[in-house]
Amino acid sequence: MAAAAAALLLIGIGIALTNLPVGAALVVAALLVAGLGLAYVGRRFRSWGYLERVEDLLVRRGVMFERLSVVPYGRMQTVEVTAGPLERSLGLATVQLHTASAASDARIPGLDRATAADLRDRLVGRGEATAEGL
Amino acid sequence: MAASTAGWDSWHRLHPLSPVVQAGRRLVPLLVVLAVPFLSQGSSARSQTLIDAGLVGLAVVAGAAEWLVTRWRIEAGVLRIDTGLLRRRTTKLPLSRVQSIDLVRPGTARVLGLAEVRVRSGGSREGDVRLAYLAAERAEHLRDGLLALVRGSHTERGRAESLLARAATPRLLASTPLRGAFLWPTLGAVALLVWGRQLSLGGGGVAAATLILLAVGTGTARILSSQYGFEVAHTQDGLQIRGGAVGTFTETLALQRIQALRVVEPLLWRPFGWAKLVADVAGGQRRRDEDRAASGRIRTLVPVAPRAEVLRVAESVVGPAAREGGTAPPARARLKAPLSYPLLRAGLRDGYAVSVVGRFRRLTTIIPLAKVQSVRWVQGPVQRRLGLATVHLDAAGARTTGAALRDRSAEEARELLQRLPELCAAARRSPTARPAPVP
Repeated sequence: MAAAAAALLLIGIGIALTNLPVGAALVVAALLVAGLGLAYVGRRFRSWGYLERVEDLLVRRGVMFERLSVVPYGRMQTVEVTAGPLERSLGLATVQLHTASAASDARIPGLDRATAADLRDRLVGRGEATAEGL
Repeated sequence: MAASTAGWDSWHRLHPLSPVVQAGRRLVPLLVVLAVPFLSQGSSARSQTLIDAGLVGLAVVAGAAEWLVTRWRIEAGVLRIDTGLLRRRTTKLPLSRVQSIDLVRPGTARVLGLAEVRVRSGGSREGDVRLAYLAAERAEHLRDGLLALVRGSHTERGRAESLLARAATPRLLASTPLRGAFLWPTLGAVALLVWGRQLSLGGGGVAAATLILLAVGTGTARILSSQYGFEVAHTQDGLQIRGGAVGTFTETLALQRIQALRVVEPLLWRPFGWAKLVADVAGGQRRRDEDRAASGRIRTLVPVAPRAEVLRVAESVVGPAAREGGTAPPARARLKAPLSYPLLRAGLRDGYAVSVVGRFRRLTTIIPLAKVQSVRWVQGPVQRRLGLATVHLDAAGARTTGAALRDRSAEEARELLQRLPELCAAARRSPTARPAPVP
């Protein structure tokens, strides 16, 4: 969405040099798209959530497609903490739980690094306490 | 037959004829490659013939050398194989990690009375150990002994088993042209042949049609030869499946390895009431570097049979849950899924979840709640407007395993989401909820 807005903006400015009304319309459209995008990013950001329950972890996400995953601690095989270049520069990290199923979907992005490390340690501890096989 | 493992703690060699079978499998393509220029050139290139003969000789010698340096034994619950001439390689497989022990007999091995014992452990393919080849009787004896060791009993193994189903060859043959993988490419090839000339494709159309037909033919031949004489039986070690036309195989599938049962009814089989029964089998734990699709394995239990017979076999594995028809989603789901709505069903029974999905092909999945890895609730924009939601039960393995309780009413989905994690936890803890065979 950001890319679409940027492209619209550049094309609009380019056209505005020769044909002012059309160019201006495009620039306005670009700003609208950017605004919508920002609002959507906000909604998407707010849609993320997780809840540590006694026996399992709940992870919620999505605006268009709402998803809620329940992963029992006993089913965790690995807990992964990753931080890409962008996340690193912002001091963030992503915690991801893996089970034996490739379809399990328990990723928690955008945690600050200390929270991510704490969460990982707690999850590993609970996983060891309740570990079960296949 | 006594199944004691006494005598296997000393070193053994493979059967002396095994290089012949091994080499036979390697030599046939080699000979084909070499024969083409030989036949086309006649005897003009003598030096070439000598080189060819040398290559063949080398293959034979290499096979014999491999046989000489390969030996195996069972030492304190570990199956050990030493092999390799220049680079020695020792494989040790603790029997406690064994997932299944299979007997495989390619055509040449059958002629010579040999069989391969294949021991699969959890994890990747590298965990598989092959003893190729042993005399057929010895191989069976070893298989029974290893199974007894894996069970943790040294008692003699009874031959008690109950046959569940045997594939009827006429039905197998009749059902083949109705498979999608056979029918659509064949129709395409025929269409190419019929209209190819009018579309002025020239020889290209004929060539493409020939290639398609060849591919379909070899694929069909492989399926038919592996499903010929297919049998599934209950033994004390789990389900035993066996079959094969030219080469044969015998595979034992421990019941606790079954992650889900699926009844598959392709569109063109449904008028005849035929179905196929397959089991999703965990290939052990998936490692990060491992291909996700490869870790999800599927075993055919019944290649094709009347639905009632398939359900009977399923019932003997999962109990009355196999008879669970489930309930249909609310009528408004028809707007979201017009094609699949008539088939959609979902239900819970006796520690199992049953789901039916499909637009043309009906796919019934019976998944033990004890095997569920995680529960997911998903609601798309159309579902939200209609007050529907889908609940997924994820099983170990690839993305496509598990079951989907599709387009349930939002209230039911919420309730499922609340109840299922507890039900699954209870099923995991209760030993009776594990798949119990009906003898």
